[in-house]
Amino acid sequence: MFHFKIVTDWIDEFLRTNLGEGWALLIEFILTGFAILALYAVLALILIWAERKVCAFFQCRLGPTRVGPWGLLQSVADMVKILLKEIIHLNHADLRLFRLASFLVIIASLCTFGAIPFDRGLHAVDFNMGVFYLLAISSLGVVGILLAGWSSNSKYTMIGAMRSGAQLISYELSCGLSLLTVVILSGTMQLSQIVEQQADGWFIFKGGVPAIIAFVIYLIAGHAETNRGPFDMPEAESELTAGYHTEYSGIQFGFFYLAEYMNMFIIAAIAATMFLGGWMPLHTPWEGVNTLMDYIPPVIWFFGKTFFCVFLALWVRWSFPRLRIDQLLKLEWKILMPISLLNILFMALWVLYL
Amino acid sequence: MNLETLQTLLPFAAIEQKGNTYNLTVPGENLYEAASLLKKDGFDFLWDIIGMDYGDTLGVIYGLSSSAAPVVLLFLKTETSDKEAPKFDSVVDLWDSADLYEREVHDFFGICFANNPDMRRLFLRQDWRGFPLRKDYDANPELNPIPLGNENLADMETLPVLNIMNEDDKFEVHETVFDKSEYVVNFGPQHPATHGVLHLRVSLDGEIIRKMDPNFGYIHRGIEKMSEAYTYPQILHLTDRLDYLSGTINRHAVCLAVEKGLQMEVPERAHYIRTIIDELTRIASHLLGWGCMCMDMGSITAFVYGMRDREKIMDIFEETCGGRLMANYSVIGGVMADIPPNFQKKIKRFIPYMRKMLKEYHLLFTGNPIARGRMNGIGYLSREKAIALGATGPVGRASGWSNDTRKIEPYAAYAKAVFKEVLRSDGLTFDRYIIRLDEIEESLKILEQLTDNIPEGNYAAKTKAIIKLPEGEYFQRVEGARGEFCVYINSRGDKYPYRIKFRSPSMTLVNVLKAIVPGTKVADLIMLGGSLDYVIPCIDR
Repeated sequence: MFHFKIVTDWIDEFLRTNLGEGWALLIEFILTGFAILALYAVLALILIWAERKVCAFFQCRLGPTRVGPWGLLQSVADMVKILLKEIIHLNHADLRLFRLASFLVIIASLCTFGAIPFDRGLHAVDFNMGVFYLLAISSLGVVGILLAGWSSNSKYTMIGAMRSGAQLISYELSCGLSLLTVVILSGTMQLSQIVEQQADGWFIFKGGVPAIIAFVIYLIAGHAETNRGPFDMPEAESELTAGYHTEYSGIQFGFFYLAEYMNMFIIAAIAATMFLGGWMPLHTPWEGVNTLMDYIPPVIWFFGKTFFCVFLALWVRWSFPRLRIDQLLKLEWKILMPISLLNILFMALWVLYL
Repeated sequence: MNLETLQTLLPFAAIEQKGNTYNLTVPGENLYEAASLLKKDGFDFLWDIIGMDYGDTLGVIYGLSSSAAPVVLLFLKTETSDKEAPKFDSVVDLWDSADLYEREVHDFFGICFANNPDMRRLFLRQDWRGFPLRKDYDANPELNPIPLGNENLADMETLPVLNIMNEDDKFEVHETVFDKSEYVVNFGPQHPATHGVLHLRVSLDGEIIRKMDPNFGYIHRGIEKMSEAYTYPQILHLTDRLDYLSGTINRHAVCLAVEKGLQMEVPERAHYIRTIIDELTRIASHLLGWGCMCMDMGSITAFVYGMRDREKIMDIFEETCGGRLMANYSVIGGVMADIPPNFQKKIKRFIPYMRKMLKEYHLLFTGNPIARGRMNGIGYLSREKAIALGATGPVGRASGWSNDTRKIEPYAAYAKAVFKEVLRSDGLTFDRYIIRLDEIEESLKILEQLTDNIPEGNYAAKTKAIIKLPEGEYFQRVEGARGEFCVYINSRGDKYPYRIKFRSPSMTLVNVLKAIVPGTKVADLIMLGGSLDYVIPCIDR
């Protein structure tokens, strides 16, 4: 099995032997930062293209076909367009908060992105309480959304932001509770440890029924966290034109757009890490199959699982109508959260007695 | 209903009978009395109020019908010679639909309706000078210059009412549409879900809607006024642009009215072709209506499905007459051109395809738990309210009001086809949703029966180069895709009509929205709008 740890360790050793420890660390920080930023942007472009293609096939269309083969360069062209677009300044808006909002959203999403284990040794932030960090930092995004809605001085954005606040804070609960279920099973909050523990079977298989319940709840709640249909109340195109980012233009809008797609990726990546073994190949009791599976590089495993979860999200997004705000909150507070709480208990008993 | 009972009921009225149509002329001061007596006698459906400028006098024609005997049509007429401050009593407390109709007459003729609490102009600016549909209207652009600056809506703050009049019989402004403390949100004129340039002002309490005020006129083209200077064949081209989704049906109505006036014998083949085209239009319109409603609820995929299948019909239109959305197919005396050779083959291929797709729609959307949850129990419209508001078409039928003109007064070839009038009883959003899909099925049945039996012969009767309608009034109603579409033509023997009036089925639907929306949520407003499926160019004629 080839792990990126070999490469990253070699870079680390090379820098440390040639430079002092301080300089080596500084260069490593900068390199990691650039790598994450680049990956973030590239993944977002791929996701946008993928969504357009997948959605097109759901709708009996072809999607982008003109720019590049199979329209592959379409999102690059879109990116260039959005970078060149004029940023419209609003009258009567709180401009400082207005500008800050889009950064807050993208910073929250980037910080979460950094904590995702892509491979052994390809993992920027690996705290011993990584799950906690994920939950905490990803919920910061809602501040940006609320600020965007508030500072735009528009009624649509205001309604969108209020909806978003109610929705994100509610679904954060189910998200957190279902992740805690896995923490009970694994006994650690460190993401790298969680992945390593799944070497002899992914948690969704090892955890039995409570893990499956937690996985489904996480997919629903996580999908709601990303503000995408059927939970796209905050932007609700047909109701609020574009919800909290109605007044944004140019790259400021681009930030929201980017963050939305990357949040979808992050939610899928966390689902893959916590339940489907992250970069860990599928290991079965049969030795031959395991060797075969190990030939596939872990990075491919990781992205394969993540894009599977992304596909699930797109599937739901493009076939379901939108919920109403009261139904949305009812779903969370009256259905998902009680089930999650019971499920935690169930999981604790499962771990104790099995 | 016969002449004697009407005469004893209204001793002060002059009554003329022509088949099932009665013309009642009453003096202005007896108008309200006559209206309330007729209402009590069962005429519970006011389908339109037509303003008239007879030259020396201004008049109003109330078109009445009864839900129990819908075949009877009643024209209640009254006149006033006071052209300075013409005034009649309002009938808004008798029929809810009178609200917008009276505002329209007020807007175009300057006739005031006492006791109507809302006498704002409906289509034109509040400060517009002159009344455009009067014969002596001065269209000089200097009188009403185009404003170049930004401005607030004139009626945003104030709403003139007539029920409290001062000594000089003048308006007294004393009520506002919305309170200063209310949270008013504009939906439209440019908004993804208003189905055109409709402007809804909505007062919100959090997510809950308190009050709604529709604002029309953003794309008003004055088709009724233009028609007064156009010949009948020219007018036909404007009719396609009223409710553009049932354009051929509107056009059919005008053709029928003119043919009735000319007492022209239209070949049977033309009747069949027109009926087939009408039903295809209805299917196309319902498909778009269905798709838009699904899109309003957030399901964009359903919209694309609807558009995809509508395209099949558009292709048939294109092959038949060159036009797609604006077919321009019916002409006075028949149709523009004969059907192409594989017209029947294409339709016969379309029918089973559409049936298969209907099943797919049910799989995709009708059974979806989120969709059912959204539509469940929202937007109740009772049968009585539907009749009072004049909500014809699928909306009325979803509330259990049997109002299908194709059944009441079969025109063209509808008498030759066996089909069911789809009726539902609950009057909820889901009924309005499902009734469109059921009506597509019925339309397919009509197509199935007619396509194979198109008789041989001429596709159009010969007409004179200049068509002059003999003096008189001509009226025709047809079943448009979203309700009863009526044409009223008043001719003075010219090649131009003296006055032409189209009944817009969509206008009453906006009134329905206003009635059912308070208490629901923002998301429901959009969904209910989709379930009513109004088309704005039909309102802004």
